Amino acid sequence: MREVNVKEIANVIERLCIESNYYLPEDVKEALQDSLKKEESPLAKEILQDILKNQEIARRTQVPICQDTGLAVIFLELGQDVRLTGGDLNEAINEGVRRGYKNGYLRKSAVDDPFLVRKNTGDNTPAIIHAKIVAGDKVKIILAPKGGGSENMSALAMLKPSDGVEGIKKFVIDTVDKAGSNPCPPIIVGIGIGGTIEKTTLIAKEALLRTVGQHNPNPEIAKLEKELLEEINKLGIGPQGFGGRTTALAVNIETFPAHIASMPVAINIQCHVARHQEAII
Amino acid sequence: MSKIINTPLTDEVINELKAGDRVLLNGIIYTGRDAAHKRLVELIRKGERLPMDIENQTIYHVGPCPAKPGQVIGSAGPTTSGRMDAYAPLLMKHGLKGMIGKGLRNKEVVDAIRKYNCVYFAAIGGAGALLAEAIKESEVIAFPDLGAEAIYKLRVENFPVTVVIDREGNDLYRIGKEKYKIV
Repeated sequence: MREVNVKEIANVIERLCIESNYYLPEDVKEALQDSLKKEESPLAKEILQDILKNQEIARRTQVPICQDTGLAVIFLELGQDVRLTGGDLNEAINEGVRRGYKNGYLRKSAVDDPFLVRKNTGDNTPAIIHAKIVAGDKVKIILAPKGGGSENMSALAMLKPSDGVEGIKKFVIDTVDKAGSNPCPPIIVGIGIGGTIEKTTLIAKEALLRTVGQHNPNPEIAKLEKELLEEINKLGIGPQGFGGRTTALAVNIETFPAHIASMPVAINIQCHVARHQEAII
Repeated sequence: MSKIINTPLTDEVINELKAGDRVLLNGIIYTGRDAAHKRLVELIRKGERLPMDIENQTIYHVGPCPAKPGQVIGSAGPTTSGRMDAYAPLLMKHGLKGMIGKGLRNKEVVDAIRKYNCVYFAAIGGAGALLAEAIKESEVIAFPDLGAEAIYKLRVENFPVTVVIDREGNDLYRIGKEKYKIV
């Protein structure tokens, strides 16, 4: 058994909260630069230039790219040969979030009770924790802050198996079209197909972690990703919804076996500030 | 080429703005999002004084990050304005002229923009660092208990926005999409 102190996990989470909010991943930046070359609308080009300039300012001056520094969504892969020491894991994770959001001057956006009082918890906790036990003796942590604007435009449908690929396409296109300017396009569309209601939404979120430009290893699914990206970019919504060719940078699909009676589809929309950072202990 | 305009907004200035215009705003604007809007509207309904005079003023839908030491304000990009739709028409009736935010507005808001000769601008969602650089002074003037949702009085210089809904109700979100849609 390899011992890992949860205090180390808290320290890593503190650092990842700050870094993920200050630094846009390189692949997202490159995708924005590519879209600028292809964009036809003069206004859309100006917007894309400003978006690129913004991430540069954030990186240089060490400030958040976007003021909505999100809820702290954490994917934790815990090796089964790791023994955690030094205290409660969940408390350590929340302590890391608490320190990261304070020391990074990040906005605290968590409210409790969600429909009655909606009082700010003051420290952006609790984190949203998705933990998985895996083989090995390492702890992998992915931190993906998620803003409210794009999350609010996400959707879930319990489609019938007979709805088929056409049903999936229609649901995706309708969801993106209806969202319009609200989720801050250009967007990344994470799609989960299959599993149960919670599994499909979880894999839709995991799909957002994929490097922009990479496709699902299954060629049929990769083909569907490309088709959907093309269809979405025909909608004309454009950067910020001002009209143009760049509505989405990527469509990423993850699948999971489903019940014989079910074909759930979840769509998790991510704005152009597609933040995530990871570390392995 | 951007139009350079000053706040408070006058009818003469608003009459010249068209959906799709890029504008650089200069002067005082106020922040306000969900909770502050709710309180402003409650004060109006009770016939009480507002914490600021909204006549000809502009409200920016934003909840900024905390300022780092030496910073005027933390990152400060727009939030989704549709959540303010329930409150916006009443504020326009009481003199508000400009709104800055992002995203779709409902019919009641568009009708009020036309009726009271107002304008809806969008700032770039997600460009909080860039927009904060155009904010030169910042002061909390109401509801400090709301934290990021308090009302701040901001002085801006060449704050970049785009006219989305003009006084005639023209909507850039509709016009732009129609222009670039491939059927």
